[in-house]
Amino acid sequence: MGLLSDPNRRRALINLLTRLNAPICVVCYMAGVAWFMGLAFEPFTLRTYMSENAMGSTMVEERFPSGERAVATGREFAAHKKKVSGMPVEWLVKTMQARGLEVYTQRFSRTLPFPDENKERYMVKGTNVYGILRAPRAPRTEALVLSAPCTPGDNNNQAVGLLLGLAQYFRNQIYWAKDIIFLVNDHDLIGMQAWLEGYHHTNTTGMDWSPLQGRGGSIQAALSLELSSDVVTSMDLVLEGLNGQLPNLDLANLFYAFCQKIGVLCTIQGKLQRNDWDSVSGYSHAVQTMMLMVMKQASGRPWGDHGLFLRYHIEAATIKGINSFRQYKTDATTIGRLLEGMYRKLNNLLERLHQSYFFYLMPSLSHFVSIGYYMPAFGLLAVILLPGVLSVLTPLVISHLTGAALYMLPIRFQEMAVEHFPVSETEAVVLTAIAVYTAGLALPHNTHRLLSGEGTEQGWRVLKLVALLYLAVLLGCTALINFSLGFILALTLVPAAAFVTPHVPKVLSAFVLVILSPACTLLFSVFFFQELQEMPVSFLDGWLLYLSVISQGILDHFLYGSLVYPLIALLVYPCWLLFWNILFWK
Amino acid sequence: KQNAAAQKQAEPAVLQPTPQPKDDFQEELVVRPLHSGDIYASFQFRTLWETDFMRGNKVSHYRLFPKSLGQVISKFSVRELHISFTQGYWRTMQWGQPYLPSPPGAELWVWFQDSVTDVDATWKELTNVLSGIFCASLNFIDSTNTVQPSASFKPLGIGNVTDHRFLRYATLPREIVCTENLTPWKKLLPCGSKAGLAVLLKSEKLFHSSFHSQAVHIRPVCQDWQCKTTSWELRQTLNVVFDLHNSGQGKREWSLFKMFSRTLTEACPLASSSKIYIDITDNPEQFELSPATSLLSQAMVLGDRRTFSVYDLTQQDTFGSVRSLNLLIRWKSTEGDMLRPLLHAERYVAGYGLQTGEIHTLMYNHHPYRSFPVLLLDSVPWYLRLYIHTLTVTSKGKDNKPSYIHYQPSKDRVRPHLLEMLVQLPPNSVTEVTVQFERALLKWTEYTPDPNHGFYVGSSVISSLVPSTVAMDTNSTRERPLFSSFFPCKEESSYFVRVYTEPLLVNLPTPDFSMPYNVICLTCTVVAVGYGSLYNLLTRSFQIEEPSPGLAKRIANVIRKMRGVPPL
Repeated sequence: MGLLSDPNRRRALINLLTRLNAPICVVCYMAGVAWFMGLAFEPFTLRTYMSENAMGSTMVEERFPSGERAVATGREFAAHKKKVSGMPVEWLVKTMQARGLEVYTQRFSRTLPFPDENKERYMVKGTNVYGILRAPRAPRTEALVLSAPCTPGDNNNQAVGLLLGLAQYFRNQIYWAKDIIFLVNDHDLIGMQAWLEGYHHTNTTGMDWSPLQGRGGSIQAALSLELSSDVVTSMDLVLEGLNGQLPNLDLANLFYAFCQKIGVLCTIQGKLQRNDWDSVSGYSHAVQTMMLMVMKQASGRPWGDHGLFLRYHIEAATIKGINSFRQYKTDATTIGRLLEGMYRKLNNLLERLHQSYFFYLMPSLSHFVSIGYYMPAFGLLAVILLPGVLSVLTPLVISHLTGAALYMLPIRFQEMAVEHFPVSETEAVVLTAIAVYTAGLALPHNTHRLLSGEGTEQGWRVLKLVALLYLAVLLGCTALINFSLGFILALTLVPAAAFVTPHVPKVLSAFVLVILSPACTLLFSVFFFQELQEMPVSFLDGWLLYLSVISQGILDHFLYGSLVYPLIALLVYPCWLLFWNILFWK
Repeated sequence: KQNAAAQKQAEPAVLQPTPQPKDDFQEELVVRPLHSGDIYASFQFRTLWETDFMRGNKVSHYRLFPKSLGQVISKFSVRELHISFTQGYWRTMQWGQPYLPSPPGAELWVWFQDSVTDVDATWKELTNVLSGIFCASLNFIDSTNTVQPSASFKPLGIGNVTDHRFLRYATLPREIVCTENLTPWKKLLPCGSKAGLAVLLKSEKLFHSSFHSQAVHIRPVCQDWQCKTTSWELRQTLNVVFDLHNSGQGKREWSLFKMFSRTLTEACPLASSSKIYIDITDNPEQFELSPATSLLSQAMVLGDRRTFSVYDLTQQDTFGSVRSLNLLIRWKSTEGDMLRPLLHAERYVAGYGLQTGEIHTLMYNHHPYRSFPVLLLDSVPWYLRLYIHTLTVTSKGKDNKPSYIHYQPSKDRVRPHLLEMLVQLPPNSVTEVTVQFERALLKWTEYTPDPNHGFYVGSSVISSLVPSTVAMDTNSTRERPLFSSFFPCKEESSYFVRVYTEPLLVNLPTPDFSMPYNVICLTCTVVAVGYGSLYNLLTRSFQIEEPSPGLAKRIANVIRKMRGVPPL
């Protein structure tokens, strides 16, 4: 390393870097974004392939015959659901018992920290029903789960019907080596959370549940089924789970392989895959699919009932039946055969799924981007922070106190807010959050009052150094766990961090900095997401959606232990405040 | 029958004129239609032999007793040997108690004679020999999965040596039982699978079932009431449960042919008794039986008074005019709810993540008003490091202090944890035993093949004297003299039950075994480039190199050097 040992040449190198700092940063930023956009380009991505040898081929014979009967069972279920206006527990228990399963129920109750207006629930009480198919000559050490949520209204009845139909068919087969648990969960995610906590006897979210009576050992894989029509045009695969966790890629491969074999149209993010990758529209389609995945993953919420399994190291995915206006229809028998094939393959597993990737993005169901390919995009953005690298303890502490306030106050002060202002609880929580967030902007003035002397030139440089390192570590760690969230945050925070000094034009910079703040990122994301889903909204609707997204984020944290809200409130927001501080340095 | 008896008389007379060999063989099949609609068939084959394997007595002439086992007994000074191979888990909640309980996988426990000096070495040799006899992986039994229970496994035969130094107990929960284990087991029978009840033992049917268990028990028993002479008992048992849905096609109708794809035509000619018992206690409300038999027998089984129809295979008329016996059982009632056996247990691992966890053992006492003590035995491999201070035993929300605890801590790579407790189960309650553990990081060669499958922890064993259900019904409608029913008589008041919980499958932190190569490449690069240059920068002292001095200065320095003065 003669280059570094020689002081003269070292000085020359440093001079070069300092002189070219700004252009290098710009180039890196552009390169990072370009790299990321390139990930969706098909020649740059890998085709998916099955890594697990035990699931190597789709050579199983699917014979599930009774789709019609399953649909009829679904109707019966719907009738009973309507009659008791909720989960027809007794009927389910009887029906499962008649199919030769060991049936158990679990009661649970949970009072939400504040009313959830989207789903209109506050004090939730429900019952999960599950039946265990005991594998012959197996010692109850391994299990697979097939679940279907019991949703209010007319949704998902067919899913429960098909689940019961499959249970009956599976019961008469002799090849099972793992117990199969058929679960109908009440109140979708809350019920699922209660069941999983009961099964693993943990309590991470303060839910009340009755202990489970029957178990099947360690769960190897799970599928959640959502089906709301007798026939479907395509099956959609949902992978994004809690905190942006993804199941092993082999589960997606398995689904894709069987869709190909049986001839079912399959989608991911509701997007069919196209063959014209070399055309502009084909490429933008892939970008759209990948960006949808990035946005969903970054949100950190479970996008299906499967999302909560991932915390317990259980590979899980949701399979959704979609019925659109397309001509080509698939009936329940075919969906049953698809599931039968997948379960027979999962049944063959000797080890739990571990061969394939856990960190990936999917621009289409047949292609994926592995961690080795997407990390450089993030690396290029993060490298900008490094050249910029503690008398500044005070702003640091105050920023974090503000963050802690943002984390705690909305829930604590909802009652007080409701008393004094004409708002509902949900609005109170969201508006308090926004108020605290905005109040944080007044911070620089208060910080200076606490500081003993005038801020020196040296002072802001050190503060910036600390802030930059902080941001680098924060974004680096986030990107490792949840690439999508890390990338989106880096996209907005990194430019803010790079340009801010006390010497830039104040008003303009302040405006730009606010635009690049986490809250505004979320706002843009909401609009962008709607755009991607081809359902653009007006500004007012978008704003309302934005408020509900905030409340959902807070709810997800308290209900399922999602980490996005605390991450933003306790770490990202204080970090951004540091840059705000630098801008108003005196 | 007469022919066989005559043969039995005549044969030894020809071969060995002097002593009458005092051995005896009995075979028996019990069929119990289960509450759930499934059917339970239990075979027992018993060979008794009045001989002495010990004290240097060379036994060389074998008749009914298998020679391979006789040699094992004498060579390794075995007092008692119990070995079972089980595929599947006994579902107590649907099937009630089994006649002979056994844990999933292989279980072996042996009492040695007190003349054995090095028990561990003998045990090691014995397991290897048995491994060969039964074609099983018993050779994987070593010190890391062997324990010496202090109370749970008492000798079942005569003799009052209870020093548990001579006892060894081991389970292999991952052992898979198949045809290759059945064939050597069948070869131990005097008639093989050629005649008698053993013709029913066809592996394609036995392994098309919900539960399969085969066992061998050897113990010394009394020959007569006064116990003047002892003899060795070899009991071979085979239990199998056929599934209603898989093999019955949903019709509640069972026959010998349907279960075993064979019918019976004769008893084993060497057997002194050969009988089939059908549990008809619930007859006629629930099922009907054909051909009918007039022979009935009553017995106390697992605390309950049961009635059996008996078919004696040594009687020719049992087989009827078609000269073959195909019992038919037609089950009438619908599928029942779950049972509430008086004692029932289950176990699971709680928690998530790969660092810590918690083992929960639940023991249910469903007796409405009697509490009874149970002995719980837990043997946990060393790589789950139990935090014994976190052990809690709770019943009905209250702390339940065990009256006896025997705990032997594990030693890494040497021996497992052993935990034995005597716990009183209150009536109608669930007792929960929890203990936390930490998962050890194994050395990379210690992982089994397919490490992501997980590691097994053997079943807990719960042994207890359970109050019998007969003692429970106070206003019995049965015809009994009043004077006999006031005090519950001792034999009937409680019965011994051993319950095994399910084994556990625990995931340990497992490295990605393809990763070392990547890691080696990456670390080498990092060390070479990053660390090397940084180390270089930190340790080297930097000096500004002076421009080379002019000619005059160099000359001056030479002169100064000669003068002994420091240079300029």
